[in-house]
Amino acid sequence: MQTSWIPFVPESASTISGKVDALYFYLSGVTAFFTVLISGVLIFFVIKYRRRSPFEIPRPIAGSHKLETLWSVIPLIIAMSMFAWGAQIFFENSRTPKNANEIYVVGKQWMWKIQHSTGQREINELHVPTGRKIKLIMTSEDTIHDLFLPAFRIKADVLPGRYTTQWFEATKPGTYHLFCAEYCGMNHSGMIGSVIVMQPTDFDNWLSGNANQQSPAVAGQQLFQSLGCVSCHGAQGEGGRGPTLAGLFGRRVFLTNNQTLTADEGYIRESIENPSAKVVAGFNPIMPTFQGQVTPEQLIQIISFIKSLQVAGSQAPLPSASAPASSAATTPTSTPQHNPK
Amino acid sequence: MAEGITVAHEASHPALQHHFENLEQQREAGALGMWVFLVTEIMFFGGMFLAYTLYRTKFPADFASASNHLDLTLGAVNTVVLILSSFTMALAVYSAQVGKRRNQIICLSVTILLGLTFLGIKAVEYRDKYEDSLFPGRLIPGRPFNPAVQEHGQLYDKHKLHLLPGATVKHVEMFYWIYFAMTGMHAVHMIIGVGVLLVILFFTWRGRYGPEYHNPVEISGLYWHFVDIVWIFLFPLLYLLGRHLEH
Amino acid sequence: MKAFETFETPTAARVNYINAEYGLKSWLLTKDHKRIALLYLGSISAFFFIGGLYAMFIRLELLTPQGDLLSSTTYNKVFTQHGIIMIFFFLIPSIPATLGNFLVPMMIGAKDLAFPRINLLSWYIYLLGGIITIWALLAGGIDTGWTFYAPYSTTFSNSYVVATGVGIFISGFSSILTGLNFIVTIHTMRAPGMTWFRLPLFIWSHYATSLVMILGTPVIAITILLLAFERLAHVGIFDPANGGDPVLFQHLFWFYSHPAVYIMVLPGMGVVSELIANFSRKNIFGYKFVAFSSLAIAVFGFLVWGHHLFVAGQSVYAGMIFSFLSFAVAIPSAIKVFNWTATLYKGSISYDTPMLYALGFIGLFTIGGMTGLFLASLAVDVHVSDTYFVVAHFHYIMVGGTLLAYLGGLHYWWPKITGRMYPEGWGRFSALVVFVGFNLTFLPQFIAGFLGMPRRYHAYPPEFQVFNVLSTAGASILGVGLVIPFVYLLWSMRYGKHAEANPWHLPGLEWRTASPPPTENFFATPVVTWEAYEFAPPEEMQVIGRLKDEGLEVADAVIDGKPL
Repeated sequence: MQTSWIPFVPESASTISGKVDALYFYLSGVTAFFTVLISGVLIFFVIKYRRRSPFEIPRPIAGSHKLETLWSVIPLIIAMSMFAWGAQIFFENSRTPKNANEIYVVGKQWMWKIQHSTGQREINELHVPTGRKIKLIMTSEDTIHDLFLPAFRIKADVLPGRYTTQWFEATKPGTYHLFCAEYCGMNHSGMIGSVIVMQPTDFDNWLSGNANQQSPAVAGQQLFQSLGCVSCHGAQGEGGRGPTLAGLFGRRVFLTNNQTLTADEGYIRESIENPSAKVVAGFNPIMPTFQGQVTPEQLIQIISFIKSLQVAGSQAPLPSASAPASSAATTPTSTPQHNPK
Repeated sequence: MAEGITVAHEASHPALQHHFENLEQQREAGALGMWVFLVTEIMFFGGMFLAYTLYRTKFPADFASASNHLDLTLGAVNTVVLILSSFTMALAVYSAQVGKRRNQIICLSVTILLGLTFLGIKAVEYRDKYEDSLFPGRLIPGRPFNPAVQEHGQLYDKHKLHLLPGATVKHVEMFYWIYFAMTGMHAVHMIIGVGVLLVILFFTWRGRYGPEYHNPVEISGLYWHFVDIVWIFLFPLLYLLGRHLEH
Repeated sequence: MKAFETFETPTAARVNYINAEYGLKSWLLTKDHKRIALLYLGSISAFFFIGGLYAMFIRLELLTPQGDLLSSTTYNKVFTQHGIIMIFFFLIPSIPATLGNFLVPMMIGAKDLAFPRINLLSWYIYLLGGIITIWALLAGGIDTGWTFYAPYSTTFSNSYVVATGVGIFISGFSSILTGLNFIVTIHTMRAPGMTWFRLPLFIWSHYATSLVMILGTPVIAITILLLAFERLAHVGIFDPANGGDPVLFQHLFWFYSHPAVYIMVLPGMGVVSELIANFSRKNIFGYKFVAFSSLAIAVFGFLVWGHHLFVAGQSVYAGMIFSFLSFAVAIPSAIKVFNWTATLYKGSISYDTPMLYALGFIGLFTIGGMTGLFLASLAVDVHVSDTYFVVAHFHYIMVGGTLLAYLGGLHYWWPKITGRMYPEGWGRFSALVVFVGFNLTFLPQFIAGFLGMPRRYHAYPPEFQVFNVLSTAGASILGVGLVIPFVYLLWSMRYGKHAEANPWHLPGLEWRTASPPPTENFFATPVVTWEAYEFAPPEEMQVIGRLKDEGLEVADAVIDGKPL
């Protein structure tokens, strides 16, 4: 790992790390200022007003409302500036850009399983190009983990039964740390790896060099068939006894209980594991639960397939999975479908 | 001290503890202490109310289905029993204040009996839930959570769980966990309350309390009312929440 | 100038609370708050020693990056147990149960706490909880971290989670009972003339602490109970596989555990207010602001727990609200620091050991508090949360803050508690050693954390080694600095110089009775006619002031042949 040119500052390799560092320096500056101010005044008073005779009694001073106001309001203003600055970066960064490349991350004791949307799988390593926005969609197979990329100044808990996301855009090629930051048991400190940031051309070479793997969407399509989803939802999600899935992702959904929601990863997952919880208006709760039949990774593949289903005609359909449905994950397929651009 | 003897000087009252200046200060401390304790109790139950609120919002149909399976009649009877017991408790405190020992003994005894009635009815309810295999998880060894579910079109069976649309047995289990945690914790408080009242009854019989000194009766009363109020919240939250969705 | 009016026993051969009764039974069944304070003092010292041993193993392990001293399982247990022992069995009871227990009744002029039997009960409950926890640690230990996060603690850990949980659950009630006792005592048992605004600030801070104790502790009790049942019966309340929410556990846990930080530090602030005022012979600057800031901290402290969950999948908007409130809670602490500093202005400052600890406290608490702002700030917290930055921050508050205040307070009231003086030279020396060792231990951890070293790591990338070596070196110095007072305080109980009733010449009520005090604290019920920290009667102050204005040297004024 390289070190930064400023002492005691970690390598800065993403578009937001500079912004976070600037705020960090501001906070450090204010901290240093007040620490020096208070200890300076303290030391000055302690020396100047040291007890010169055991019998001296200083004059009492009751206090001063002016001073109290001053040293309440000034810290409040400074604190609010810190709040506003920090919240602004955080809020800005909480919105994932639309055109980000998606990478799926599954944490389990004690390894990181990573799959690119083009199918390449990695363990404890994450290859990313510079200059492209990368969105990590993360879940856990067991307990809570936390994916921490110090060089990018980002971190988010990885929870079982839920999807959390974070995104970044790497700016500098190199190899950086990847840590698990939420204590997860025996080998917590071994649940580490590296992020390898490459120039876009190198990355594309790396991708094609590892292309003989099935994309999660294709694997999801195979699961979609082998689990029998096609019988109600249609082979390309066109619908039938079950609601239409094509174009579902990100769309508003009307439910039988008169509520609406936006279809996201969490909703699709819930509908697979607990179908009767949020039934689409106009349909009967006839779908059986698939809880326990699909692993978190397979869920990601199915979700990825459903995401890839666009409204009929807008996109070329995926090649139908000709390989046997079982052991789908290891079956090699032809060219990757999604070219990250 | 025999009944009827009035104490001329407060400072020499046998119930006055050495570190208090007078009985008034001692009474004030005791009452405030009980109030503070009740605040901690509210926070204690508060954690469970939070869990209830969260999961009820998350699984409305499941909670309604599970709630509908509770025995509304027994729950309602128990509510009346507890409200009555609060009334008799208040009378007992009043009797102590005005020095009517006989009335106080009667009221305390009735309160204790009503408390025991409540616990008895609760036990019946628990037994029913046991028979329907509704104790969540592995709480009861050898009797895991495994209720029979009423299928669509089957004849109504009160031992079977009637699931509303969107409800799953798994989340019904969550309701029952919260039900047993809350009512169980409430029952523990009731048992402690009955124990405390038995002690108070004993000392009343010995003639310890009178218009001058009845602090323990008062603060036990506060505790008893609090336990009742908790039930006043539990009853609608647990028994009534899904009735409007029934069938 | 007269000496302060006292309420001492007139006879020469005094009976005090220590020699009033003899025998083990007289201690184990005592209802005297002072004896109970000593029972607590003994037991929390034992727990501190155990927690310190664990700390030693942590620092030794982290000397090298490979993780070669302990196995990872052992290391996980060691840091977990260090946290559990130090937080639940040392820091939370430390100042309230020892100094608070001893001094709250004395400072307000009462004979005892309102409920002496409940006070004794609280010690037995604490001890029972402690013994169960120690048993769990000996039987196999616990490896969940002191935070017990579900579902690791409910499903995946193979350690003694339930037994430890039961121990903490039980000991929580001792904290509730102590808080209850303080609140009732302060409300109902103040001596005649002891109005709310004549109360020493130590009392105000203990009142605020008690509020947190009674409001927060029941929540952790029910949370741990739910956790234990979840682990035993596995019903799924915190398990996503059954529809439960593991983040609910975190919310409930931090609803107590963040305010618990204020249980630890508020009494320390109370001690420091006493030390700063008394060792500079000045009334505290802005008394009401310092008093009410304690209450503000207690109240706001309940509204900021969500800043522990910024990266835990909490919504963005919740994060922003909690961030805002966390910045707001910094203001009352800042007010205190400024007022303490202003109190020194034109004071008569002595360099006695307790004052050295108090000055150290202000410096370290400033750093600890300011680095808290990094963690309240959303964007920076995303980077530094769960790293050594957090570890350094809370050690600055808990060790730099609470432990220093505790040691300062212990030295300050030692003559009152034991009737003996501690050796002043050794005292100053060890205060200095503690200060240096502490900073060397934890300053490097801020840097390691910002550089990205995650906490709870058994092995770590070699580039962090230099900070860990510094830290371990500092911890060794700190350890020595803590052993020294342990030795000389014990020594002084037998061989120390006999202490006068008022060795520091101070006006507080606790100094107006014998050292050690009689069982009922005062010979007669004191009647308070002076304000808090009134170092001389007002009319005499006016005379002195006039003389000073006329340019006369009044420093050596001695009235009635007695120095003040």
